[in-house]
Amino acid sequence: MNVGEFLRRFWDRLIAHVDVPLFLITLTIMLFGLSTVYSATYDGSNRTAAQMMNMLLGLSVMWGVAQLPPQKLMRFGVPLYVLGVVLLVLVYLFGIKVNGSKRWLSIGITRIQPSEILKIAMPLMLAWYFHKHEAALKLRHYVVACLLLVVPFAMIAKQPDLGTAILVGAAGFYVIFFAGLPWKVIVGLLAAAGGAAPFVWTLLHDYQRKRILTLIDPSADPLGAGYHIIQSTIAIGSGGPFGKGWLSGTQTHLEFIPERHTDFIFAVFSEERGLLGNTLLVTLYLALIGRGLMISANASTLFARILAGSITLSFFTYAFVNMGMVSGILPVVGVPLPFMSYGGTALVTLFLALGILMSIQTHRMLVKK
Amino acid sequence: MRYSPLNTRDRELDRFRFRIAFAAGVVLLCFTILIGRFVYLQLVQHDYYKTRAEDNRISLVPVTPNRGVIVDRNGTVLARNYSAFTLEITPSKVDDLEATIDALGEFVEIQPKDRKRFKKLREESKTFESLPIRTRLTDVEVARFAANRYRFPGVEVKARLFRQYPLGATASHALGYIGRINDRDIDTIERNEQTANYKGTDHIGKTGIEQKYEFHLHGETGYEQIEVDAGGRAVRSLSRVPPVPGNNLTLTIDAKLQEITEKVFGDRRGALVAIEPSTGGILALVSTPTYDPNLFVDGIRTDDWDDLNNSPDKPMVNRALNGAYPPGSTFKPFMALAGLELGKRTPQQAISDPGFFNFGGHTFMDDKKGGHGIVDMYKSIVQSCNTYYFGLANDLGIDNIARFMGPFGFGSRTGVDIEGESEGVLPSPEWKKRRFKRPEQQKWFAGETISVGIGQGYNAYTPIQLAQAMATLANDGVMFRPHLVKYITDSKTGEKTMIEPQPLRTLPLKPENIATIKHAMVGVNKEGTGARAFAGAGYEVGGKTGTAQVYSLKGSSYNRDKVKKDLRDHALYIAFAPADKPKIALAVLVENGGFGAQSAAPIARLVMDYYLLGKLPKGPASEDEKAEEEE
Repeated sequence: MNVGEFLRRFWDRLIAHVDVPLFLITLTIMLFGLSTVYSATYDGSNRTAAQMMNMLLGLSVMWGVAQLPPQKLMRFGVPLYVLGVVLLVLVYLFGIKVNGSKRWLSIGITRIQPSEILKIAMPLMLAWYFHKHEAALKLRHYVVACLLLVVPFAMIAKQPDLGTAILVGAAGFYVIFFAGLPWKVIVGLLAAAGGAAPFVWTLLHDYQRKRILTLIDPSADPLGAGYHIIQSTIAIGSGGPFGKGWLSGTQTHLEFIPERHTDFIFAVFSEERGLLGNTLLVTLYLALIGRGLMISANASTLFARILAGSITLSFFTYAFVNMGMVSGILPVVGVPLPFMSYGGTALVTLFLALGILMSIQTHRMLVKK
Repeated sequence: MRYSPLNTRDRELDRFRFRIAFAAGVVLLCFTILIGRFVYLQLVQHDYYKTRAEDNRISLVPVTPNRGVIVDRNGTVLARNYSAFTLEITPSKVDDLEATIDALGEFVEIQPKDRKRFKKLREESKTFESLPIRTRLTDVEVARFAANRYRFPGVEVKARLFRQYPLGATASHALGYIGRINDRDIDTIERNEQTANYKGTDHIGKTGIEQKYEFHLHGETGYEQIEVDAGGRAVRSLSRVPPVPGNNLTLTIDAKLQEITEKVFGDRRGALVAIEPSTGGILALVSTPTYDPNLFVDGIRTDDWDDLNNSPDKPMVNRALNGAYPPGSTFKPFMALAGLELGKRTPQQAISDPGFFNFGGHTFMDDKKGGHGIVDMYKSIVQSCNTYYFGLANDLGIDNIARFMGPFGFGSRTGVDIEGESEGVLPSPEWKKRRFKRPEQQKWFAGETISVGIGQGYNAYTPIQLAQAMATLANDGVMFRPHLVKYITDSKTGEKTMIEPQPLRTLPLKPENIATIKHAMVGVNKEGTGARAFAGAGYEVGGKTGTAQVYSLKGSSYNRDKVKKDLRDHALYIAFAPADKPKIALAVLVENGGFGAQSAAPIARLVMDYYLLGKLPKGPASEDEKAEEEE
């Protein structure tokens, strides 16, 4: 076996469980992300290298997860979910309060955010649950699934962390939806949600209400809650059709945009790359989602199908909620832009989800065989 | 109905795929909405947001010009700027203002009045402006703060220009002063369309020349375009338009003469206006008591302001322009001239003065018991004979008097180049009709004409009107508008613009008549009422004493306990010298100074001695207790 042969085999082994289209799309988004993180942070503490490390870590996680067949992944569903919920209870009891919300748990050397686990554990758990009862799905199964969804959702929302709660809730809902929740029930739920809205309004925290009101009229509080939206909207609008050019965004570099390298990174990208860049980026997300939905449609088991569908729509939720909030059509919630925003935890979670998608896609043939 | 497991599975799969397709549709719809939003922001509204982004980052910082300097006719500096360090706070950059000011107090002396002033400034300004908490830091204070500045973000030491009046109180009534811009000043600035030019300016001329020539002195504000970040910190300068300094003013005032004149007044209240007859330029404009304009520059302290405002001597009132006094006998030379010009008298024509004048059943008394004997025009002026003028006034009639005196400037504002002039009163039947409302008061009585003839009755003129009339007579009827600024020097081109270079008008007076009056006025100082004051002068000087029955300044209320002292008459004196080619004409007023010869003429003597001979006075003018009683 010569060296070339060895390399070829190694390469084959390396990409055996990598979905190339999915990988290439993600890679392109990541490169956009890296260049934007650079632009947003190079004149301060540069985060580009750190983000590259995060990406490498994420890629490893993705590769590792992709090696596991879906049947094995399924086994993680219950333990991960239970772990997540237990940790949420611990957060509720012993959590660290930062900026008025209790999201973190100290584990000696570092602190962790258990709600992050639920982003993966929730769809995994529910997909496992539906898969188990595949043969005879009754309405009560949907009810149980809803309960499994609502308890952690409520706990996260109560921390309060509306952004993560929405993402966890959405991931769970997508599973239930793809598992075949009757349309009548969906329509009924939507109607009930509409009816419950005024009641929910009273349950919201003041700052959450303020964010929604701010969305309706940002200029009502230009220096307070409206400031972020006003400045990011100015950044996007002033970018124009072709943008101000890389490293040339005035809103970015004169620090008018808050959270430039994290939640509001899209404003930086949009200011410097313009409508052209935005369209390209949205197209890339569309391609990512399209590929994910294809994987989902072609998956061989119910578990794989609904898990892939849920994960894919989660990507959509991240992207849409983030861009919608930065451009001022959705309220401000702490949701990062997938594969763009700086931040290790979120990135690893995203790559983990990507790895699951790849596992489902690349183990499909094996299952059929 | 039953399905085979396979069929069920296919059905399930179809149903699932439909849901996938449905989800794809929702995704597509949502992303289309996003793209629509981007198109709206980045294409439709692009110009708007571009402007907003530019507004965010570009800050136009005004660069204030240096205010023009004011010098006297000999180049002596009367108002200038000096640079001093101020300690300034930008409130928006400071979290706890009170604590910061307390902490600053360890290094720099901060008094309660500084805090009070700072608080007032804060209320009037925007939070991102830098405001002075202390002005005129000493070098030691600057050094102490500099060593600790790292502890005070948002606090800086800045070099700023301050206005200074190096001669202090001298000529303050002419110069005026500058002070912080208030709401009324803002109206003035807006009316003159100077709002943009005053962006960075915080002081403005409040009175005097500083006020009248404000827009010459101010200069053109420069601009610096600065890129700022979200915290308002300057990142870099984009462009700079340098300011154009204000124009310099050269006054007609002789600062030394002014200073000496103020000194010879001593602690007497009064006014003196000295004019160069051949130009109308004011050599000295004195109103005593005076005040120090430097007190106003940083905002006057409350106790200083109370002192100035509550003083019974009213130092803030410019008596030279604002006070209207009966001219008394200083009116006689002009009456005599009217008699000559209108053909009612000849110089030789004489009366026999019994010491009184009967008119309409009323007896008008002369001051001299038994009268002055045979009195011609020369003697009537030299000895200030009232009886002569009772008859003359009667012969002329009030209409003729008013018509003749009007062109000399009596009873109308001279138009001098500072604010605050009174109109005075040149009495006439028309004036009376305007002045009074009730018909019985509006009628002019022939008897009233008689007292007008000796400068009493309704007559009331400002010292500057008297000085202008004197200068016009001295200049043979060629009349100038009195003015304080000789020329303006353009700071850019160096070009000089003269103020009032041309005579206002020339009065059609016969030279021989003027000569007669001037001759008689010279006689006053040789053998008449002014002779004691001008004994041994060494130059020929024409003059006329006057005494005005007391009447206090308009709007002021005198202390009742002092009524006796204040019942003393006002002393007046008008003069010109040298008699053949006058270089100076003046009018002096001493409030409650008694007779003109007693206190006004001695002041004029010292002023003329300095101006014509360079003789410095030893001290304030003394009162001549032996001065002859007149009128």
